[in-house]
Amino acid sequence: MVKDQEFLKSKASYCLDLAKKMGATDASVTVGHSISETVNFRNKSLEASDRSDGLALSIETYLGKRRSSISSSNLLDENIKTLIEKCFETTKITPEDEFNSLPDKNLLAKQISSLNLYDETRFENDKKIKYLKDLEESASSDNQIINTESSFTENKSNFILANSDGFCDGYKTSSFTTSCVTVAKDENSMERDYEFSSKRHLSDIKQAIELGNKAAKQTIRKLSPKKIGSEKISIIFDKRISKGMLSVFASAISASAIARGTSFLKDKIDEQVFADSINVIDKPDMIKGMGSQNFDSEGVNSNTLQLIENGILKNYLVDTYNGKKLNLKSNGRSGGTTNLYFEKGNISYEDLMKKDSRSLYITETIGHGSNIVTGDYSVGATGFLFEDGEFKYPVNEITIAGNFKDMFKNIILANDLEFEYSVNSPTMMIEGMTVAGK
Amino acid sequence: MSNFFNKSDLTRQDADKIVSDTLNNCDDGELYLEESKSESIVLDDNKIKSSNYSSDLGFGFRAISNEVVAYSYSNEISKDSLKNSSENLKSTLKSIKGTYNHEIPKSNKKFYEDINPIEQKSLDSKLEVLNKVNDFLRKKDGSVKQVTASFAGEQKSIEIIRSGGEALTDVRPLIRFNVSVMLEKNGRKETGVYGIGGRQSYDDYLKNDNWKNVCEEAFRIASVNLESKPAPAGEMKVVLGPGWPAILIHEAIGHGLEGDFNRKKTSAFHDLIGEKVASEGVTIVDDGTIDNRRGSLTIDDEGTPTERTVLIENGILKNFMQDRHNARLMNTRSTGSGRRENYRHIVLPRMRNTMMLSGNQTQDEMIKSVDKGIFAVSFGGGQVDITSGKFVFNCTEAYEINNGKIGSPIKGATLIGDGPSILKEVSMVGNDMMLDPGIGTCGKAGQGVPVGVAQPSILIDKMTVGGTKL
Repeated sequence: MVKDQEFLKSKASYCLDLAKKMGATDASVTVGHSISETVNFRNKSLEASDRSDGLALSIETYLGKRRSSISSSNLLDENIKTLIEKCFETTKITPEDEFNSLPDKNLLAKQISSLNLYDETRFENDKKIKYLKDLEESASSDNQIINTESSFTENKSNFILANSDGFCDGYKTSSFTTSCVTVAKDENSMERDYEFSSKRHLSDIKQAIELGNKAAKQTIRKLSPKKIGSEKISIIFDKRISKGMLSVFASAISASAIARGTSFLKDKIDEQVFADSINVIDKPDMIKGMGSQNFDSEGVNSNTLQLIENGILKNYLVDTYNGKKLNLKSNGRSGGTTNLYFEKGNISYEDLMKKDSRSLYITETIGHGSNIVTGDYSVGATGFLFEDGEFKYPVNEITIAGNFKDMFKNIILANDLEFEYSVNSPTMMIEGMTVAGK
Repeated sequence: MSNFFNKSDLTRQDADKIVSDTLNNCDDGELYLEESKSESIVLDDNKIKSSNYSSDLGFGFRAISNEVVAYSYSNEISKDSLKNSSENLKSTLKSIKGTYNHEIPKSNKKFYEDINPIEQKSLDSKLEVLNKVNDFLRKKDGSVKQVTASFAGEQKSIEIIRSGGEALTDVRPLIRFNVSVMLEKNGRKETGVYGIGGRQSYDDYLKNDNWKNVCEEAFRIASVNLESKPAPAGEMKVVLGPGWPAILIHEAIGHGLEGDFNRKKTSAFHDLIGEKVASEGVTIVDDGTIDNRRGSLTIDDEGTPTERTVLIENGILKNFMQDRHNARLMNTRSTGSGRRENYRHIVLPRMRNTMMLSGNQTQDEMIKSVDKGIFAVSFGGGQVDITSGKFVFNCTEAYEINNGKIGSPIKGATLIGDGPSILKEVSMVGNDMMLDPGIGTCGKAGQGVPVGVAQPSILIDKMTVGGTKL
């Protein structure tokens, strides 16, 4: 069983009391406990089981404007005492930083409403095994599939965040995650693809058969790929790639990148950065949301933020420290976005596919080719060539490149938004990007 | 050396008994105990932004029978907790019986000292270096708009207890010093990053004001990029500089030669042992035995001494990298490549220091031979799709080559290639092999482990450059 609130609270207050006693002017502490159990399958038989049980503690101590932190997985009182002593000794010789402080008291979350983020259902390993058997059975039904690997993970977590201004709260969360990776082979090539589902509640997990089928189908259609020539072409990003654009956008508007001046979106508040049809929202209070939270990692209340309104940048993601640097109040985004999404567009998926006579549909990118200082983008890609909405052939060993400043202004979104993950996007088209191939 | 048996009610005798009891009817497995101490001190935006100290303690208990691996970890080292784990492993493997393999090679060699780098340099003197870095760079040039400098250090003590009570231990120091600088000129911003590190004390790397060289290098890369123009798009010749660009070897070849992917036949290399996979003159080794290198290990995380494994010899594929589990299933021996990020993770076959050895040509000859292509000197990261064999890596410093001469710097671009065929495109191998500066971390299945790479300059006849200029 995951440790209860009382246990975590007692550890947290032990830490705060000790820090105060040693002379810390302020302190904050997070204590968490997490248990997860994973079963792995390969080619329809059990491959591995993995159980993890982990406590984690992190403490920050302040002496006026001096601050340092420690973290540990060893929660024995004696060890905590040694660590806090060490932490406070370090704090004393760390230089002052005028922006160091606990969050403003009046911004702290006051009421915690239930977002239904915890499902106490135990899905025993035997049931996981049954699920994975069904999954791999359906994933390997086509004889072009030569290898299947799948897993099911159940996680239960609990945490308490407390600080010396009296904040002390936390809550349990759960997640159930299943994934399937399949390998297909034909006379020309060997290809891999995947499908997964991750939910707060067990009953919302995709059906095993559906998941297996989808992984297999997505893999088989990649077989016998061709390399295309280098050209300017319209790119359609599958949902699993288009949501990555949101993650890049989020890191470019984090207060830390803005305060350091290392973002291509610095000083762009109230300016047009996306096409004027685009709206981006970050909503922390979605029921059962994978990114939902009652407060951020500092205890600050978080409300829904419209980040982009009709293409115009309205908000940065602000935490206490960087907020003070920028003269902005924290908006409860220490730790980043919550449930981030593009509002859906007007065009259907089918119409988007045939909008241009020739387009490249991208299902996977590899490499770390997003530079948030310059906005330059260049990644390896895999996908399919479409002509007039008709599937032509799979494509690989190409790169796609551009600059986010231009790409963001040319985004066209389909109307197929679904809330599956913590970041969600409809299918996306960007016209006129450069593909490098032969 | 950590004593894991003075922390709770668990004695060594208890542990030996529970381990032997649990693993008796299994093919392999061990109790892995780990204590790590680490620190990170970061200067950013003119201030000491964070100083964090972290201590971690825990065990991972593994039992293997046939193809099934059962694993359980906890950060509570106690009799109860170990018994719980034991029950958990037994329940997974209840119907599968094996015969325990007691054999594990021994070696007296050590590749680094038992030091704790964190304690060897005072916090004050670390802060002083970081402040000097900041002042030095900001005074150096008006275009310097942002400086980040950091120290990261750790000491990890491990003990591996096998069935029958055999115990193997290792103490592993590791440090890294990093500088990142952002320049702004005429409205353009570019960053340059450089770092150094390995398994010695901070001062071994910082002597003779070596921090200045790290600053100069980061500044130089950023300055070059300020003048860069859009990179070309399409297939062309690529000259790679020596040292860190060997992450090409790591991505294109290294991952595909890890035992697990080949046992499962999901690697593009699985049926190519004995075949020609590279041009003549190309020899690649994975070496865990180089003194004090970031990727070196005295023993791996299963207790096997590391070695220098020849992967490709003169173009021919010779060996895969193995941990005990995959080696047993493939009827071969472990190459001392079984690694894990920490006690929370299972062991996987991983790289250590992956190196292409020197040939006898010069970088000059390579550049002169290229009519149109690029010369890539420094890289960010890379990634590979093991199954299709396609891999990428991102240039952070590159130049165009026109008619045998190095031209203007070009913007960061992704290079993409095909692992099993790229080494056949290597037409010249330089005489200037160099190790990387000691900064690499390799990610696989969610686990990061420190690694090294090395190579001489090489000429690749055909590779796709992912720029924007057609």
